[in-house]
Amino acid sequence: MGMTMTQKILAAHAGLDEVKAGDLIEAKIDFTFGNDISGPVAIEVFEKEGFTKVFDNTKVAMILDHNTPCKDIKSAELCAICRRFAKEQNLKHFYDVGCMGVEHAIIPEKGMVGPGDCVIGADSHTCTYGALGAFSTGIGSTDLAGAMATGQTWFKVPQAIKVVLTGKKPEYVSGKDVIIHLIGIIGVDGARYMSIEFAGEGVKELSIDDRFTIANMAIEAGGKNGIFPVDEITMEYVNGRFDREIKVYEADEDAEYEQVVEIDLSTLKPTVAMPFLPGNAKTVDEVKGIHIDQVIIGSCTNGRISDMRIAAEVLKGKKVADGVRCIVIPATQDIYMQCINEGLTQIFVEAGCAVSTPTCGPCLGGHMGVLAAGERAVTTTNRNFVGRMGHETSEIILASPAVAAASAIAGCLASPEEV
Amino acid sequence: MATGKVFKYGNNIDTDVIIPARYLNAPSPEELAKHCMEDIDKEFIKKVQAGDIMVGGSNFGCGSSREHAPIAIRAAGCSCVIAASFARIFYRNAINIGFPILECPEAAEKINDGDTVTVDFETGVITDETTGETFQAVAFPPFIAKIIEKGGLFEYIKSKAE
Repeated sequence: MGMTMTQKILAAHAGLDEVKAGDLIEAKIDFTFGNDISGPVAIEVFEKEGFTKVFDNTKVAMILDHNTPCKDIKSAELCAICRRFAKEQNLKHFYDVGCMGVEHAIIPEKGMVGPGDCVIGADSHTCTYGALGAFSTGIGSTDLAGAMATGQTWFKVPQAIKVVLTGKKPEYVSGKDVIIHLIGIIGVDGARYMSIEFAGEGVKELSIDDRFTIANMAIEAGGKNGIFPVDEITMEYVNGRFDREIKVYEADEDAEYEQVVEIDLSTLKPTVAMPFLPGNAKTVDEVKGIHIDQVIIGSCTNGRISDMRIAAEVLKGKKVADGVRCIVIPATQDIYMQCINEGLTQIFVEAGCAVSTPTCGPCLGGHMGVLAAGERAVTTTNRNFVGRMGHETSEIILASPAVAAASAIAGCLASPEEV
Repeated sequence: MATGKVFKYGNNIDTDVIIPARYLNAPSPEELAKHCMEDIDKEFIKKVQAGDIMVGGSNFGCGSSREHAPIAIRAAGCSCVIAASFARIFYRNAINIGFPILECPEAAEKINDGDTVTVDFETGVITDETTGETFQAVAFPPFIAKIIEKGGLFEYIKSKAE
Protein backbone atom coordinates (compact mmCIF):
# COMPACT_ATOMS: atom_id res chain seq x y z
CA MET A 1 0.00 0.00 0.00
CA GLY A 2 1.21 3.50 -0.82
CA MET A 3 2.07 6.24 1.63
CA THR A 4 0.68 9.73 2.08
CA MET A 5 3.02 12.71 1.76
CA THR A 6 3.15 13.00 5.55
CA GLN A 7 3.91 9.31 5.97
CA LYS A 8 6.82 9.57 3.51
CA ILE A 9 8.38 12.48 5.40
CA LEU A 10 7.99 10.63 8.71
CA ALA A 11 9.44 7.40 7.28
CA ALA A 12 12.48 9.26 5.96
CA HIS A 13 13.09 10.93 9.31
CA ALA A 14 12.71 7.64 11.16
CA GLY A 15 15.18 5.93 8.83
CA LEU A 16 12.52 3.54 7.56
CA ASP A 17 11.56 2.56 4.01
CA GLU A 18 7.94 2.40 4.91
CA VAL A 19 5.51 3.33 7.67
CA LYS A 20 1.79 2.83 7.97
CA ALA A 21 -0.92 4.61 9.92
CA GLY A 22 -0.83 3.71 13.58
CA ASP A 23 2.90 2.84 13.68
CA LEU A 24 4.75 4.41 16.61
CA ILE A 25 8.10 5.71 15.43
CA GLU A 26 10.99 7.77 16.70
CA ALA A 27 12.05 10.38 14.19
CA LYS A 28 14.85 12.91 13.84
CA ILE A 29 13.68 16.48 13.72
CA ASP A 30 15.09 19.28 11.57
CA PHE A 31 13.92 22.21 13.65
CA THR A 32 12.20 22.90 16.98
CA PHE A 33 11.31 26.00 18.97
CA GLY A 34 9.45 27.59 21.83
CA ASN A 35 7.99 30.99 22.66
CA ASP A 36 7.77 33.15 25.78
CA ILE A 37 4.94 30.98 27.17
CA SER A 38 5.96 27.43 26.22
CA GLY A 39 9.73 28.09 26.27
CA PRO A 40 10.27 28.77 29.98
CA VAL A 41 8.40 25.58 30.96
CA ALA A 42 10.55 23.58 28.51
CA ILE A 43 13.77 25.24 29.70
CA GLU A 44 12.89 24.36 33.30
CA VAL A 45 12.35 20.70 32.39
CA PHE A 46 15.51 20.60 30.21
CA GLU A 47 17.68 21.98 33.01
CA LYS A 48 16.00 20.07 35.83
CA GLU A 49 16.64 16.81 33.96
CA GLY A 50 20.35 17.63 33.90
CA PHE A 51 20.84 18.55 30.23
CA THR A 52 23.37 21.29 29.55
CA LYS A 53 23.58 21.56 25.74
CA VAL A 54 20.89 21.57 23.08
CA PHE A 55 21.43 18.94 20.38
CA ASP A 56 22.17 21.56 17.69
CA ASN A 57 22.20 25.32 18.35
CA THR A 58 21.20 26.04 14.72
CA LYS A 59 18.06 23.90 14.98
CA VAL A 60 16.57 25.16 18.25
CA ALA A 61 14.92 28.59 18.32
CA MET A 62 13.27 30.85 20.88
CA ILE A 63 10.85 33.50 19.68
CA LEU A 64 9.39 35.99 22.14
CA ASP A 65 6.02 36.81 20.61
CA HIS A 66 3.04 36.04 22.84
CA ASN A 67 3.09 38.67 25.59
CA THR A 68 5.77 40.90 24.07
CA PRO A 69 6.69 43.74 24.26
CA CYS A 70 6.12 42.57 27.81
CA LYS A 71 2.73 43.42 29.20
CA ASP A 72 3.58 42.89 32.88
CA ILE A 73 6.34 41.90 35.27
CA LYS A 74 5.48 38.19 35.22
CA SER A 75 5.69 38.10 31.42
CA ALA A 76 8.98 40.00 31.56
CA GLU A 77 10.41 37.37 33.91
CA LEU A 78 9.46 34.61 31.45
CA CYS A 79 11.13 36.47 28.59
CA ALA A 80 14.23 36.89 30.76
CA ILE A 81 14.43 33.10 31.15
CA CYS A 82 14.30 32.64 27.37
CA ARG A 83 16.92 35.35 26.78
CA ARG A 84 19.30 33.81 29.30
CA PHE A 85 18.85 30.35 27.77
CA ALA A 86 19.30 31.62 24.19
CA LYS A 87 22.55 33.32 25.19
CA GLU A 88 23.92 30.37 27.17
CA GLN A 89 23.07 27.95 24.36
CA ASN A 90 24.26 30.37 21.68
CA LEU A 91 21.06 29.81 19.71
CA LYS A 92 21.44 30.92 16.11
CA HIS A 93 17.74 31.77 15.90
CA PHE A 94 16.66 33.96 18.78
CA TYR A 95 14.14 36.69 18.03
CA ASP A 96 13.44 39.40 20.59
CA VAL A 97 11.59 42.71 20.47
CA GLY A 98 12.84 44.80 17.57
CA CYS A 99 13.62 41.88 15.28
CA MET A 100 10.98 39.35 16.21
CA GLY A 101 7.75 38.42 14.52
CA VAL A 102 4.86 36.13 15.31
CA GLU A 103 6.61 32.75 15.27
CA HIS A 104 4.68 31.08 12.46
CA ALA A 105 5.23 34.08 10.22
CA ILE A 106 8.90 34.70 10.96
CA ILE A 107 10.05 31.07 10.95
CA PRO A 108 9.28 30.47 7.26
CA GLU A 109 10.12 34.10 6.36
CA LYS A 110 13.67 33.70 7.65
CA GLY A 111 14.06 30.30 6.01
CA MET A 112 14.29 28.36 9.27
CA VAL A 113 12.06 25.64 7.76
CA GLY A 114 11.53 24.34 4.24
CA PRO A 115 10.08 21.56 2.09
CA GLY A 116 10.54 18.02 3.35
CA ASP A 117 11.45 19.09 6.89
CA CYS A 118 10.18 17.41 10.04
CA VAL A 119 9.42 20.15 12.55
CA ILE A 120 7.92 20.23 16.01
CA GLY A 121 7.22 23.43 17.89
CA ALA A 122 5.80 24.18 21.30
CA ASP A 123 2.81 25.99 19.90
CA SER A 124 -0.24 24.38 18.40
CA HIS A 125 -0.11 26.43 15.20
CA THR A 126 3.25 24.91 14.23
CA CYS A 127 1.23 23.06 11.57
CA THR A 128 1.55 26.29 9.50
CA TYR A 129 4.72 25.09 7.67
CA GLY A 130 2.77 22.37 5.92
CA ALA A 131 2.20 25.18 3.43
CA LEU A 132 5.82 24.61 2.33
CA GLY A 133 5.51 20.82 2.06
CA ALA A 134 7.04 20.20 5.47
CA PHE A 135 5.68 17.92 8.16
CA SER A 136 5.20 20.19 11.13
CA THR A 137 3.12 19.83 14.23
CA GLY A 138 2.58 21.38 17.63
CA ILE A 139 3.70 19.74 20.85
CA GLY A 140 3.93 20.78 24.51
CA SER A 141 6.82 21.99 26.60
CA THR A 142 8.10 18.61 27.81
CA ASP A 143 8.21 17.36 24.21
CA LEU A 144 10.15 20.50 23.30
CA ALA A 145 12.57 19.85 26.15
CA GLY A 146 13.02 16.28 24.93
CA ALA A 147 13.61 17.43 21.35
CA MET A 148 16.10 20.12 22.47
CA ALA A 149 17.99 17.44 24.38
CA THR A 150 17.95 14.61 21.84
CA GLY A 151 17.03 15.98 18.40
CA GLN A 152 14.34 13.33 18.21
CA THR A 153 10.77 12.72 19.17
CA TRP A 154 8.11 10.03 18.92
CA PHE A 155 5.15 10.08 16.59
CA LYS A 156 2.13 7.96 15.94
CA VAL A 157 1.98 7.79 12.15
CA PRO A 158 -1.28 9.50 11.17
CA GLN A 159 -4.04 8.55 8.82
CA ALA A 160 -5.10 11.28 6.43
CA ILE A 161 -7.98 13.21 4.98
CA LYS A 162 -7.45 14.27 1.37
CA VAL A 163 -8.89 17.62 0.39
CA VAL A 164 -9.17 17.97 -3.36
CA LEU A 165 -9.40 21.59 -4.44
CA THR A 166 -10.78 22.54 -7.86
CA GLY A 167 -11.88 25.74 -9.55
CA LYS A 168 -10.81 29.36 -9.20
CA LYS A 169 -11.66 31.32 -6.12
CA PRO A 170 -13.84 34.41 -6.54
CA GLU A 171 -12.73 37.91 -5.54
CA TYR A 172 -12.62 38.37 -1.76
CA VAL A 173 -12.39 34.62 -1.14
CA SER A 174 -9.08 33.79 0.53
CA GLY A 175 -7.32 30.95 2.30
CA LYS A 176 -9.22 31.88 5.47
CA ASP A 177 -12.57 31.30 3.80
CA VAL A 178 -11.37 27.95 2.44
CA ILE A 179 -10.21 26.64 5.82
CA ILE A 180 -13.26 27.85 7.77
CA HIS A 181 -15.47 26.24 5.10
CA LEU A 182 -13.49 22.99 5.44
CA ILE A 183 -13.68 22.94 9.25
CA GLY A 184 -17.41 23.60 8.90
CA ILE A 185 -17.67 20.42 6.82
CA ILE A 186 -15.46 18.04 8.82
CA GLY A 187 -15.90 19.55 12.30
CA VAL A 188 -13.49 20.68 14.99
CA ASP A 189 -12.40 17.09 15.63
CA GLY A 190 -12.96 15.84 12.08
CA ALA A 191 -9.23 15.41 11.49
CA ARG A 192 -8.30 14.45 15.05
CA TYR A 193 -4.88 12.68 15.02
CA MET A 194 -4.92 12.89 11.19
CA SER A 195 -3.08 14.72 8.45
CA ILE A 196 -5.03 16.97 6.12
CA GLU A 197 -3.39 16.63 2.71
CA PHE A 198 -4.36 19.18 0.10
CA ALA A 199 -4.36 18.23 -3.56
CA GLY A 200 -5.96 19.05 -6.90
CA GLU A 201 -5.80 21.70 -9.57
CA GLY A 202 -7.13 24.31 -7.17
CA VAL A 203 -3.88 24.29 -5.17
CA LYS A 204 -2.16 26.45 -7.78
CA GLU A 205 -4.91 29.05 -7.31
CA LEU A 206 -3.72 29.56 -3.75
CA SER A 207 -0.87 31.96 -2.98
CA ILE A 208 1.75 30.89 -0.46
CA ASP A 209 0.09 33.20 2.09
CA ASP A 210 -3.28 31.50 1.47
CA ARG A 211 -1.57 28.15 2.06
CA PHE A 212 0.01 29.35 5.30
CA THR A 213 -3.43 30.43 6.52
CA ILE A 214 -5.01 27.10 5.58
CA ALA A 215 -2.26 24.90 7.04
CA ASN A 216 -2.19 27.11 10.17
CA MET A 217 -5.76 26.19 11.03
CA ALA A 218 -5.48 22.42 10.40
CA ILE A 219 -5.25 22.15 14.20
CA GLU A 220 -8.70 23.74 14.49
CA ALA A 221 -10.09 20.61 12.83
CA GLY A 222 -8.06 18.54 15.31
CA GLY A 223 -5.45 17.81 12.63
CA LYS A 224 -1.93 16.69 13.43
CA ASN A 225 -0.75 18.58 10.38
CA GLY A 226 -1.98 20.13 7.17
CA ILE A 227 0.24 19.79 4.12
CA PHE A 228 0.45 21.09 0.57
CA PRO A 229 2.31 19.63 -2.40
CA VAL A 230 5.49 21.48 -3.39
CA ASP A 231 5.14 23.48 -6.63
CA GLU A 232 6.54 26.58 -8.34
CA ILE A 233 4.74 28.83 -5.87
CA THR A 234 6.49 27.04 -2.97
CA MET A 235 9.88 27.20 -4.67
CA GLU A 236 9.48 30.89 -5.46
CA TYR A 237 8.91 31.51 -1.74
CA VAL A 238 11.71 29.36 -0.35
CA ASN A 239 14.40 30.31 -2.89
CA GLY A 240 16.75 32.77 -1.28
CA ARG A 241 15.41 32.06 2.20
CA PHE A 242 15.97 28.36 2.92
CA ASP A 243 19.57 27.18 2.61
CA ARG A 244 19.33 23.53 3.64
CA GLU A 245 18.74 20.82 1.06
CA ILE A 246 15.20 20.88 -0.31
CA LYS A 247 13.49 17.50 -0.33
CA VAL A 248 10.27 17.15 -2.23
CA TYR A 249 7.90 14.36 -1.24
CA GLU A 250 4.71 13.38 -3.02
CA ALA A 251 1.88 11.17 -1.89
CA ASP A 252 1.74 7.81 -3.66
CA GLU A 253 -1.06 7.28 -6.16
CA ASP A 254 -2.39 4.43 -4.04
CA ALA A 255 -2.05 6.16 -0.67
CA GLU A 256 -4.98 5.43 1.58
CA TYR A 257 -7.22 8.20 2.92
CA GLU A 258 -9.86 8.00 5.64
CA GLN A 259 -11.97 10.52 3.82
CA VAL A 260 -11.82 12.56 0.63
CA VAL A 261 -13.39 16.02 0.65
CA GLU A 262 -13.83 17.94 -2.58
CA ILE A 263 -14.05 21.72 -2.54
CA ASP A 264 -14.80 23.71 -5.68
CA LEU A 265 -13.21 27.06 -4.87
CA SER A 266 -15.46 28.86 -7.35
CA THR A 267 -18.51 28.09 -5.20
CA LEU A 268 -17.11 29.61 -2.01
CA LYS A 269 -18.28 32.88 -0.51
CA PRO A 270 -16.69 34.96 2.25
CA THR A 271 -17.11 32.70 5.28
CA VAL A 272 -16.82 33.32 9.01
CA ALA A 273 -16.76 31.13 12.13
CA MET A 274 -19.30 32.22 14.73
CA PRO A 275 -18.72 31.80 18.48
CA PHE A 276 -17.56 29.56 20.12
CA LEU A 277 -15.98 27.05 17.75
CA PRO A 278 -13.92 27.48 14.56
CA GLY A 279 -16.28 24.95 12.95
CA ASN A 280 -19.38 27.15 13.31
CA ALA A 281 -19.05 28.22 9.70
CA LYS A 282 -21.52 30.63 8.14
CA THR A 283 -21.26 32.66 4.96
CA VAL A 284 -21.15 36.40 5.63
CA ASP A 285 -24.49 36.69 3.78
CA GLU A 286 -26.13 34.55 6.45
CA VAL A 287 -24.98 36.53 9.46
CA LYS A 288 -24.09 40.06 8.28
CA GLY A 289 -25.28 43.05 10.25
CA ILE A 290 -24.31 41.76 13.70
CA HIS A 291 -23.01 44.60 15.87
CA ILE A 292 -19.27 44.59 16.68
CA ASP A 293 -16.99 46.50 19.04
CA GLN A 294 -13.54 45.58 17.78
CA VAL A 295 -11.63 44.31 14.78
CA ILE A 296 -8.23 42.63 14.83
CA ILE A 297 -6.27 42.19 11.60
CA GLY A 298 -3.10 40.18 12.19
CA SER A 299 -1.84 36.98 13.88
CA CYS A 300 -0.01 33.85 12.72
CA THR A 301 -3.09 33.09 10.63
CA ASN A 302 -3.50 36.39 8.77
CA GLY A 303 -0.72 38.86 9.55
CA ARG A 304 1.22 38.46 6.29
CA ILE A 305 1.80 41.03 3.58
CA SER A 306 -1.04 39.88 1.32
CA ASP A 307 -3.38 40.10 4.32
CA MET A 308 -2.21 43.66 4.96
CA ARG A 309 -2.63 44.55 1.28
CA ILE A 310 -6.21 43.33 1.03
CA ALA A 311 -7.14 45.02 4.32
CA ALA A 312 -5.62 48.28 3.04
CA GLU A 313 -7.42 47.93 -0.28
CA VAL A 314 -10.75 47.73 1.57
CA LEU A 315 -9.90 50.49 4.08
CA LYS A 316 -8.36 52.96 1.59
CA GLY A 317 -10.06 56.33 1.82
CA LYS A 318 -12.61 55.01 4.33
CA LYS A 319 -13.04 55.48 8.08
CA VAL A 320 -13.42 52.95 10.83
CA ALA A 321 -16.99 53.25 12.15
CA ASP A 322 -17.66 55.20 15.33
CA GLY A 323 -17.58 52.93 18.34
CA VAL A 324 -15.35 50.31 16.69
CA ARG A 325 -11.67 49.85 17.53
CA CYS A 326 -9.65 48.43 14.64
CA ILE A 327 -6.18 47.11 15.48
CA VAL A 328 -3.80 46.11 12.70
CA ILE A 329 -0.77 43.98 13.59
CA PRO A 330 1.72 43.12 10.83
CA ALA A 331 3.16 39.74 11.86
CA THR A 332 6.88 40.45 11.43
CA GLN A 333 9.27 43.39 11.28
CA ASP A 334 9.81 42.78 7.55
CA ILE A 335 6.07 42.86 6.92
CA TYR A 336 5.82 45.98 9.10
CA MET A 337 8.47 47.69 6.99
CA GLN A 338 6.80 46.54 3.78
CA CYS A 339 3.54 48.09 5.02
CA ILE A 340 5.36 51.39 5.48
CA ASN A 341 7.10 51.20 2.12
CA GLU A 342 3.92 50.34 0.24
CA GLY A 343 1.90 53.09 1.93
CA LEU A 344 -0.37 50.60 3.71
CA THR A 345 0.44 51.94 7.17
CA GLN A 346 -0.65 55.41 6.11
CA ILE A 347 -3.95 54.00 4.82
CA PHE A 348 -4.54 52.21 8.13
CA VAL A 349 -3.74 55.23 10.29
CA GLU A 350 -5.78 57.59 8.13
CA ALA A 351 -8.72 55.21 8.39
CA GLY A 352 -8.50 55.37 12.17
CA CYS A 353 -6.81 52.03 12.86
CA ALA A 354 -4.23 51.43 15.59
CA VAL A 355 -1.13 49.83 14.03
CA SER A 356 0.93 47.69 16.41
CA THR A 357 4.40 46.23 16.48
CA PRO A 358 4.31 42.43 15.86
CA THR A 359 2.80 40.42 18.72
CA CYS A 360 0.37 37.55 19.28
CA GLY A 361 -1.18 39.86 21.90
CA PRO A 362 -4.95 39.96 21.49
CA CYS A 363 -5.34 36.58 19.77
CA LEU A 364 -5.00 34.82 23.11
CA GLY A 365 -6.42 37.62 25.24
CA GLY A 366 -2.94 38.63 26.32
CA HIS A 367 -2.75 42.35 25.61
CA MET A 368 -3.21 44.95 22.83
CA GLY A 369 -6.95 44.49 22.47
CA VAL A 370 -8.54 42.45 25.28
CA LEU A 371 -12.37 42.39 25.24
CA ALA A 372 -14.71 43.51 28.03
CA ALA A 373 -17.82 41.63 29.16
CA GLY A 374 -20.36 41.30 26.37
CA GLU A 375 -18.13 42.78 23.67
CA ARG A 376 -17.87 41.21 20.23
CA ALA A 377 -14.94 41.24 17.81
CA VAL A 378 -14.41 40.28 14.20
CA THR A 379 -10.86 39.00 14.00
CA THR A 380 -8.53 37.37 11.52
CA THR A 381 -7.16 35.09 14.25
CA ASN A 382 -7.75 31.36 14.59
CA ARG A 383 -9.76 30.60 17.74
CA ASN A 384 -13.12 31.84 19.00
CA PHE A 385 -13.34 29.78 22.19
CA VAL A 386 -15.05 31.07 25.35
CA GLY A 387 -12.84 33.75 26.95
CA ARG A 388 -10.13 33.47 24.30
CA MET A 389 -9.77 37.24 23.76
CA GLY A 390 -10.90 38.49 27.13
CA HIS A 391 -13.99 38.29 29.32
CA GLU A 392 -15.82 34.96 29.32
CA THR A 393 -18.95 36.64 27.91
CA SER A 394 -17.10 38.34 25.04
CA GLU A 395 -17.44 36.87 21.57
CA ILE A 396 -15.15 36.37 18.58
CA ILE A 397 -16.14 35.94 14.95
CA LEU A 398 -13.27 34.57 12.86
CA ALA A 399 -12.98 36.09 9.40
CA SER A 400 -10.65 36.92 6.52
CA PRO A 401 -8.79 40.24 6.44
CA ALA A 402 -11.16 41.54 3.73
CA VAL A 403 -14.24 40.78 5.84
CA ALA A 404 -12.59 42.13 8.99
CA ALA A 405 -11.67 45.41 7.25
CA ALA A 406 -15.15 45.75 5.75
CA SER A 407 -16.70 45.11 9.16
CA ALA A 408 -14.51 47.81 10.74
CA ILE A 409 -15.90 50.33 8.24
CA ALA A 410 -19.51 49.16 8.51
CA GLY A 411 -19.51 48.86 12.32
CA CYS A 412 -21.09 45.44 11.96
CA LEU A 413 -20.22 42.13 10.33
CA ALA A 414 -20.10 43.02 6.63
CA SER A 415 -19.01 41.78 3.25
CA PRO A 416 -16.17 43.63 1.46
CA GLU A 417 -18.39 44.01 -1.59
CA GLU A 418 -20.73 46.27 0.36
CA VAL A 419 -18.37 48.91 1.71
CA MET B 1 -6.05 3.25 41.98
CA ALA B 2 -7.92 6.49 42.52
CA THR B 3 -11.36 7.25 43.87
CA GLY B 4 -13.05 10.60 43.68
CA LYS B 5 -16.04 12.68 42.84
CA VAL B 6 -16.71 13.48 39.20
CA PHE B 7 -16.70 16.93 37.62
CA LYS B 8 -18.30 16.37 34.25
CA TYR B 9 -18.02 18.65 31.21
CA GLY B 10 -19.10 18.45 27.57
CA ASN B 11 -17.42 17.98 24.19
CA ASN B 12 -14.49 20.05 22.85
CA ILE B 13 -13.27 21.29 26.23
CA ASP B 14 -10.42 23.48 24.99
CA THR B 15 -7.21 24.39 26.78
CA ASP B 16 -8.27 28.07 26.90
CA VAL B 17 -11.12 27.15 29.26
CA ILE B 18 -8.97 24.65 31.18
CA ILE B 19 -6.50 27.45 31.88
CA PRO B 20 -7.10 30.87 30.27
CA ALA B 21 -4.04 32.38 28.55
CA ARG B 22 -4.19 35.45 30.80
CA TYR B 23 -2.77 33.29 33.59
CA LEU B 24 0.07 31.71 31.60
CA ASN B 25 2.42 34.47 32.72
CA ALA B 26 2.70 32.68 36.09
CA PRO B 27 3.33 29.04 35.23
CA SER B 28 3.73 27.55 38.72
CA PRO B 29 1.30 24.63 39.19
CA GLU B 30 -0.23 26.24 42.31
CA GLU B 31 -0.98 29.51 40.49
CA LEU B 32 -2.40 27.73 37.45
CA ALA B 33 -4.63 25.54 39.62
CA LYS B 34 -6.35 28.59 41.11
CA HIS B 35 -7.87 29.47 37.74
CA CYS B 36 -8.53 26.00 36.30
CA MET B 37 -11.91 25.87 34.45
CA GLU B 38 -12.97 29.30 35.76
CA ASP B 39 -14.40 30.60 32.49
CA ILE B 40 -16.99 27.80 32.35
CA ASP B 41 -17.25 26.67 35.98
CA LYS B 42 -16.34 29.02 38.81
CA GLU B 43 -17.35 26.38 41.39
CA PHE B 44 -14.84 23.75 40.23
CA ILE B 45 -11.81 25.08 42.04
CA LYS B 46 -13.84 25.77 45.21
CA LYS B 47 -15.25 22.24 45.34
CA VAL B 48 -12.53 19.96 43.94
CA GLN B 49 -10.86 17.63 46.45
CA ALA B 50 -7.65 15.62 46.10
CA GLY B 51 -8.31 12.52 44.02
CA ASP B 52 -11.39 13.84 42.21
CA ILE B 53 -11.91 12.95 38.58
CA MET B 54 -12.60 15.14 35.56
CA VAL B 55 -14.80 13.64 32.85
CA GLY B 56 -15.13 15.16 29.38
CA GLY B 57 -16.74 14.26 26.07
CA SER B 58 -14.99 14.07 22.73
CA ASN B 59 -11.90 16.07 21.72
CA PHE B 60 -10.97 16.94 25.32
CA GLY B 61 -8.07 19.41 25.52
CA CYS B 62 -8.35 20.78 22.00
CA GLY B 63 -6.74 24.07 21.01
CA SER B 64 -3.53 25.50 22.35
CA SER B 65 -0.50 23.30 23.02
CA ARG B 66 -0.11 24.73 26.52
CA GLU B 67 1.19 22.01 28.83
CA HIS B 68 -0.14 24.30 31.56
CA ALA B 69 -3.56 22.64 30.94
CA PRO B 70 -2.84 19.13 32.29
CA ILE B 71 -0.53 20.73 34.89
CA ALA B 72 -3.45 22.91 36.11
CA ILE B 73 -5.91 19.99 36.30
CA ARG B 74 -3.40 17.88 38.22
CA ALA B 75 -2.43 20.72 40.56
CA ALA B 76 -6.13 21.42 41.24
CA GLY B 77 -6.20 17.94 42.77
CA CYS B 78 -7.63 15.72 40.04
CA SER B 79 -6.25 12.19 39.92
CA CYS B 80 -7.03 11.69 36.23
CA VAL B 81 -9.18 12.71 33.27
CA ILE B 82 -11.63 10.34 31.58
CA ALA B 83 -12.91 11.41 28.15
CA ALA B 84 -14.58 9.97 25.07
CA SER B 85 -11.51 11.14 23.14
CA PHE B 86 -8.56 13.49 23.62
CA ALA B 87 -7.05 16.10 21.33
CA ARG B 88 -3.59 14.88 20.43
CA ILE B 89 -1.38 17.55 21.99
CA PHE B 90 -3.20 17.32 25.32
CA TYR B 91 -2.85 13.52 25.12
CA ARG B 92 0.93 13.79 24.57
CA ASN B 93 1.36 16.43 27.24
CA ALA B 94 -0.49 14.41 29.88
CA ILE B 95 1.56 11.28 29.12
CA ASN B 96 4.81 13.24 29.04
CA ILE B 97 4.23 14.68 32.52
CA GLY B 98 2.98 11.36 33.87
CA PHE B 99 -0.63 12.48 34.43
CA PRO B 100 -3.13 9.62 33.90
CA ILE B 101 -5.76 9.97 31.17
CA LEU B 102 -8.28 7.35 30.15
CA GLU B 103 -10.10 7.18 26.84
CA CYS B 104 -13.50 5.56 27.31
CA PRO B 105 -16.52 6.80 25.31
CA GLU B 106 -18.99 4.66 27.28
CA ALA B 107 -17.79 5.91 30.67
CA ALA B 108 -17.74 9.50 29.38
CA GLU B 109 -21.34 9.14 28.33
CA LYS B 110 -22.79 7.25 31.31
CA ILE B 111 -20.95 8.66 34.32
CA ASN B 112 -22.91 11.54 35.84
CA ASP B 113 -21.62 14.76 37.31
CA GLY B 114 -21.10 14.24 41.05
CA ASP B 115 -20.88 10.42 40.90
CA THR B 116 -18.15 8.71 42.87
CA VAL B 117 -15.83 6.82 40.54
CA THR B 118 -12.90 4.47 41.10
CA VAL B 119 -10.22 4.01 38.45
CA ASP B 120 -7.77 1.11 38.35
CA PHE B 121 -4.83 2.46 36.34
CA GLU B 122 -3.27 -1.00 35.97
CA THR B 123 -6.27 -2.59 34.28
CA GLY B 124 -8.07 0.48 32.91
CA VAL B 125 -11.26 -0.57 34.68
CA ILE B 126 -13.47 2.38 35.62
CA THR B 127 -16.16 1.74 38.27
CA ASP B 128 -19.00 4.15 38.89
CA GLU B 129 -19.61 3.49 42.59
CA THR B 130 -22.80 5.56 42.51
CA THR B 131 -24.51 3.55 39.76
CA GLY B 132 -22.54 0.32 40.07
CA GLU B 133 -21.61 0.29 36.37
CA THR B 134 -18.13 -0.65 35.21
CA PHE B 135 -16.32 0.37 32.04
CA GLN B 136 -13.09 -0.66 30.30
CA ALA B 137 -10.83 2.16 29.06
CA VAL B 138 -8.98 1.81 25.75
CA ALA B 139 -5.56 0.25 26.37
CA PHE B 140 -2.45 2.33 25.59
CA PRO B 141 -0.20 1.07 22.76
CA PRO B 142 2.88 -0.68 24.25
CA PHE B 143 5.26 2.17 23.38
CA ILE B 144 3.13 4.75 25.18
CA ALA B 145 2.51 2.34 28.04
CA LYS B 146 6.29 2.23 28.44
CA ILE B 147 6.52 6.03 28.80
CA ILE B 148 3.70 5.93 31.36
CA GLU B 149 5.33 3.04 33.21
CA LYS B 150 8.61 5.00 33.42
CA GLY B 151 6.70 8.00 34.79
CA GLY B 152 7.02 10.43 31.89
CA LEU B 153 9.00 11.35 28.78
CA PHE B 154 12.30 12.21 30.46
CA GLU B 155 12.34 9.07 32.56
CA TYR B 156 11.85 7.19 29.29
CA ILE B 157 14.61 9.13 27.50
CA LYS B 158 17.01 8.49 30.39
CA SER B 159 16.15 4.80 30.55
CA LYS B 160 16.97 4.53 26.83
CA ALA B 161 20.33 6.22 27.32
CA GLU B 162 21.36 3.80 30.05
